[in-house]
Amino acid sequence: MSINSKAYLAGIFEHPARKIQNKSLAQLHAECAKGALEDAGLTLQDVDGYFCSTDAPGGLGGINMIDYMGLTVTHSDSTNTGGSSYLYLVAHAAEAIAAGKCNVALITCAGFGRPGTIVRELDSSIPDTPFEIPYGPVTVNLYALAAMRHMYEFGTTSEQLAWVKVAASHHAQHNPNAMLKKVVTVEDVVNSPMISDPLHRLDCCVVTDGGGAVIVVSPEIAKTLKRPKVKLIGAGESPKGQMGGKVDITYSGAVRSGPIAFAEAGITPKDIKYASIYDSFTITVVMTLEDLGFCKKGEGGKFVMDGNLISGVGKLPFNTDGGGLCNNHPVNRGGITKIIEAVRQLRGEAHPLVQVKNCDLALAHGTGGALSTRHGSATLIMERE
Amino acid sequence: MTTPYQERKIPAPKCNDGDEVYFNAATEGKLLVKQCGDCGEYHHYPRALCPFCFSDKTEWKEAKGSGTIYSYSITRTSGPVPYALAYVTLDEGPTMLTNIVDCDLDTIRCGQRVKVAFKPSEDGPSVPVFTLA
Repeated sequence: MSINSKAYLAGIFEHPARKIQNKSLAQLHAECAKGALEDAGLTLQDVDGYFCSTDAPGGLGGINMIDYMGLTVTHSDSTNTGGSSYLYLVAHAAEAIAAGKCNVALITCAGFGRPGTIVRELDSSIPDTPFEIPYGPVTVNLYALAAMRHMYEFGTTSEQLAWVKVAASHHAQHNPNAMLKKVVTVEDVVNSPMISDPLHRLDCCVVTDGGGAVIVVSPEIAKTLKRPKVKLIGAGESPKGQMGGKVDITYSGAVRSGPIAFAEAGITPKDIKYASIYDSFTITVVMTLEDLGFCKKGEGGKFVMDGNLISGVGKLPFNTDGGGLCNNHPVNRGGITKIIEAVRQLRGEAHPLVQVKNCDLALAHGTGGALSTRHGSATLIMERE
Repeated sequence: MTTPYQERKIPAPKCNDGDEVYFNAATEGKLLVKQCGDCGEYHHYPRALCPFCFSDKTEWKEAKGSGTIYSYSITRTSGPVPYALAYVTLDEGPTMLTNIVDCDLDTIRCGQRVKVAFKPSEDGPSVPVFTLA
């Protein structure tokens, strides 16, 4: 069974705040849900499927939020692959809709990222933990390892990585809600403090409070709605790990999720007019673009140079909201914003100065977890109808 | 630029049943690696079942303790002192997450030869780390 054209992304909402106080986590999820339902033209009573990840309160799948929001659902899913969870969840919602298990799926992501990422107290039953935690893995150095190896094998430079941030900042200047709205140069990036070699401060995404929500509906429901129609035509997912010690961090799980999504959609990377690429760090984008087939392996650094990712300038406009690097990375999980900006582009509702002309095919990709140890990759391909 | 190595407080590994063999050996100054008695593949991190053939005949072997730096990063701002996180590929084959210690951290490079050393964790066993060979 294919999910091509079996589900539509009918509602989107990105919480406008980036620093939030005096709101509960449940309230934040519910505000995002309300925003996406209003955007779709649907109500609380229409929702019959709820999808969330571990940022939702409760720890028992979605049942606490389902109860809090007053939902009556016949399907729920609480997949957790970190920041890519919401791309997995869109695919899983489409699968559930195609199988007749629900018709209006609500996906929420929300939380407080501002306290920052810390060395987490991990469940000691996680088998890799005793062999890794003593060495001080944090998020940034587990991406830095991949960047360092990419530089060693392919000659990628800090200046090339910096172009990813430069492009994101060009887009963020037009987003009034973006955390960082200042346009930066390659020099600004490479002269910013070194956090974990070879990644500088400006190679890293922002840390924000906030969230977002997405509504996925059946074709029958989509026909009754007034918003521009965006349908899901392909989806792929694949985790990647250390392969028993045969570690190769020059590629991500996108080498599997991408081809599956493109095959299901029946298109190729050349057809994509806009791409939301998970940008936890600049290296994440460079490696993902290679793995998805936008350029050859090892040539991602060259591909992103000279504004090639800037809307109206380059060949592949990316993250026109400013991405995680400049706009928003709510609760350290940027996946929901990747989906949201892709839908805006397909609807023609991105900011006019970054809107891609005739944007009929868009891709959104998530990389959650850690690029050099274990991560979950998910690719969505969407079409304007 | 130089970044001299400084001793870092190493959190004690929270072991699961079976892991104590590895860390007891490390405390005695030995690096163990698991090898499958059926397919012959080495693997890391150590498991009870071989991740290549699912045989339960995995055996502890003492590694030579030599290897090559696959990748590294000097983590400068995430703790009280800078430290070098690294992947080291053992001569037996598997690549393991570790630290590079006892050197000017700014001289570390991919492809350098390293040899195993051991550092005590806080109120726990020693853990294998590597020094430039």
